[in-house]
Amino acid sequence: MSHEIKTVEGITKESTQEMIDKALEIYPEKGKKKRAPHLAPNDQASGSACVKSNRKTVPGLMSARGCAYAGAKGVVWGPIRDMVHVSHGPVGCGWYSWGTRRNLMSGITGVDSFAMQFTSDFQEKDIVYGGDKKLKTLLEEAHDLFPLAKGISVLSECPVGLIGDDINSVAKQSSKDLDIPIIPCNCEGFRGVSQSLGHHISNDTIRDHIIGTREFAEPESPYDVALIGEYNIGGDAWSTKPLLEECGLNVKAVWTGDGELENIAATHTVKLNIIHCYRSMNYMCKVMEEKYGIPWIELNFFGPTKIRESLRKLGELFDDSIKEKIEAVIAKYDPQMQAVIEEYKPRLDGKTVMLYVGGLRPRHTINAYEDLGMTCVGSGYEFAHGDDYDRTASEMPEATVVYDDVSEYEFEQFADALKPDLIGSGIKEKYLFQKMGIPFRQMHSWDYSGPYHGYKGFPTFARDIDMAINSPTWSLVKAPF
Amino acid sequence: MSATETAAAVKYVTPTPPEEIARVAEWINTEEYKEKNFARTSLVINPAHACQPLGAELAAHGFEGSLPFVHGSQGCASYYRSTLNRHFREPAPAVSDAMTEDGAVFGGQNNLHEALENAYTVYKPKIMPIFTSCMPEIIGDDLTAFIKNAKNKGCVPADFPLPYANTPSFNGSHIHGYDAMLLSILQTLTEGRQIEGRCTGKLNLIAGFDANTGNYREYKRILKEFGIPYTFLADISDTFDSPLDGHYRIYPGGTKLEDAADSINGKATIALGSYSTAKTFTWIKDNFAGKHLAMPVPFGIAKTDALLMKISELFGKPVPESLKAERGRAVDLMTDAHQYIHGKKFAVYGDPDYLLGYVSFLLEMGAVPYHILCSKGTKKLEKELQALLDSSMYGKEGKIYMNKDLWHLRSLVVTDPVDAMIGDTHGKFAARDAKIPLFRFGFPNFDRVNLHRSPLIGYQGVLNMLSTICNKFIDITDETCDDRHFEMMR
Repeated sequence: MSHEIKTVEGITKESTQEMIDKALEIYPEKGKKKRAPHLAPNDQASGSACVKSNRKTVPGLMSARGCAYAGAKGVVWGPIRDMVHVSHGPVGCGWYSWGTRRNLMSGITGVDSFAMQFTSDFQEKDIVYGGDKKLKTLLEEAHDLFPLAKGISVLSECPVGLIGDDINSVAKQSSKDLDIPIIPCNCEGFRGVSQSLGHHISNDTIRDHIIGTREFAEPESPYDVALIGEYNIGGDAWSTKPLLEECGLNVKAVWTGDGELENIAATHTVKLNIIHCYRSMNYMCKVMEEKYGIPWIELNFFGPTKIRESLRKLGELFDDSIKEKIEAVIAKYDPQMQAVIEEYKPRLDGKTVMLYVGGLRPRHTINAYEDLGMTCVGSGYEFAHGDDYDRTASEMPEATVVYDDVSEYEFEQFADALKPDLIGSGIKEKYLFQKMGIPFRQMHSWDYSGPYHGYKGFPTFARDIDMAINSPTWSLVKAPF
Repeated sequence: MSATETAAAVKYVTPTPPEEIARVAEWINTEEYKEKNFARTSLVINPAHACQPLGAELAAHGFEGSLPFVHGSQGCASYYRSTLNRHFREPAPAVSDAMTEDGAVFGGQNNLHEALENAYTVYKPKIMPIFTSCMPEIIGDDLTAFIKNAKNKGCVPADFPLPYANTPSFNGSHIHGYDAMLLSILQTLTEGRQIEGRCTGKLNLIAGFDANTGNYREYKRILKEFGIPYTFLADISDTFDSPLDGHYRIYPGGTKLEDAADSINGKATIALGSYSTAKTFTWIKDNFAGKHLAMPVPFGIAKTDALLMKISELFGKPVPESLKAERGRAVDLMTDAHQYIHGKKFAVYGDPDYLLGYVSFLLEMGAVPYHILCSKGTKKLEKELQALLDSSMYGKEGKIYMNKDLWHLRSLVVTDPVDAMIGDTHGKFAARDAKIPLFRFGFPNFDRVNLHRSPLIGYQGVLNMLSTICNKFIDITDETCDDRHFEMMR
């Protein structure tokens, strides 16, 4: 797809490279050599990655990355609401990831929905003698206390893999004994270089243990779709799912925001997979394509321009009745979105934003800011791969800085040089930049707001961005004395 | 699995019937369920404690120019940092040496060395307290040797302080990591020093694992009122409560390293919170000059009185008039407000030292600590809590639940109701199910602003806790009473 080349006044490849070189100056030789390929000016026309990615984090540089367990528990498995997710190992990992991702859930907690912290709370003796026996018992206890749980996932923490426990055979036997799916997931935190491998491992366990084990009771329809890589952060899925339904599609399963195990298990019968977060779930889309012949399409539900583009692209895959419904939906919401833009754009026009998020939003949200008149002057990912950066090139203005697994020092240097009006990143970055007097929104968790997806999300997004940038509190940062 | 097997195994998607959901929703509130719940032996649900390294990081943040250093997987470091970010709403700079699979095979020495060099060069710390997460603990990394080699290789200067603590997550909780790290920092900073026979004239004060910056400021204010010089060991108050003025400072505060090093020559050392300072205190007793005392965290009047009297005795200074007046004001509020809290039943949970504080404060008010729960405690703690309960007629109904979790607590508050809960944010689900307020005095607080700046200790703490609790009860009366009982005065 050809894009108009976007430029930003004062930003050239040379100026960006100079800024990068300056940020690298402080590093020891080895560190500099390792970091340099991860920082580069964007080449918008190329449509391909300008940085290296998915490499090991440089030890000792403050990285925002998490681990494979975080990718499995926090991202893929955790949001499935009707399962008990056991953090298998010591108490910490499950405690830190308990309620800290904002994947909202329907249902009654502890009854048919389980946003809780289940752990085997490994002690010294479990390390010495192994935790398989404890696992077997705790699976029985979980089944006993939570009879409506449709299944149990066993998410391994570091020690489990290191001491050589065999969670796979325990899960297999207990699954038979208790007659519910029990899915072992070897997502120990030391595996891979970031959360990303945890996503992949989790996708593989869905492939090996879940997909194809259920079918929908109602007859199939040509409009059956699944929404993949939608995690319902701040209620996002409660915006995107109804939107697709309004377009005439049957959303049979959501992976995995507010997700239900059996619906996920029956996804192999849908006619199309619609993927939002490509990074974390492209694997399963590809598996379902190869194994069941289900095509997939990658869409973007941030901001009216991208939503409109996405819906029309979606319509191309269906008959005229869907195309008509999509046009009606666009015609209905466009004026509402225009009103939002008219309200906020005068206050945001010409403002700049820097992004640093996980594996999707550093590219997917750029246009939503542009809808509000803003420009993205820097973007990067914690755990993206080359194909994510390929997809980013065309979205970002020419020559703006792209940073992969940015260290806190580099990020601070870039922000200091570019003086953005807003930074959108995570909790570990938030207060650093706020101390610098730079408005900030958490873009993993929507800063406890949301939804930001879909037509329902855009007014909230616009309000929040305006609130962050134009809060009168920022004018008080400098004391008059 | 073959295609035919798959086909044979296929079942239909069957949503749970609403009546079944309603039945289970009722069942989990029953005595029968509670018994089943308490019969658990292996599954832990909603524990109220984290792992050792989190506490180690908190202690490490309490020193000037200190960059906490996680030897282990990078994901661990991100978890600890974000927990502290969320609780304080402040930065929490820390690094890790990002061990991965090859570290599991070859050990973590290469990662450690590279990380030390990078972190030292880029972030220019004055000290890097090193603590471990699971992986190096399991593969048995020899940190003593690794650190010696790092200095020989020149990753950091030979005299650069690198305290380290083994903080395995499969042992103890965050309070033990705090203790281990603090001990190692003090050992490292005082290394080679002897008690010199001179006295700094200072009080060394250790707060224990305490994530309330207001408490630290309150201790310092009290000592200032006394006119007593002090060294706070692990002072996180400026680290996690720094001003917003347009400049980011990576090290905004902390105990000066020289002061910490010289603490060995102090006039006296008081370690508050014996459950999170036990090891450190034992070592101090053998190695520091002056008097050494372990005292409870001063929640409530009696414990504050005891601390002030002890300070007065140690330094030969009377309790200042200003503090006497403060005490009088706190007692004034207690008598003014007692009618709103007297006889109210509370469920309390949290870290041992705080838990002891909640119980003694409630007993002083004539309130009833009813369910007392610690998800990582000891027999010693149980005895100490029981002795506290036995000391008051308001403690008669209190029952202690040791090594139980917040899912147990949920069963307790729905089957045997109380008026309120005291603990941390994680109890909000149980509180909501029981339709009672939760007072977030504990750590962490993820869902209310500014609480970490309100001291809970000392006479000021009494004022803060009491106004929070009593006004909430009055709010509830106003929100729930019928029109005829909606009155001007309360």
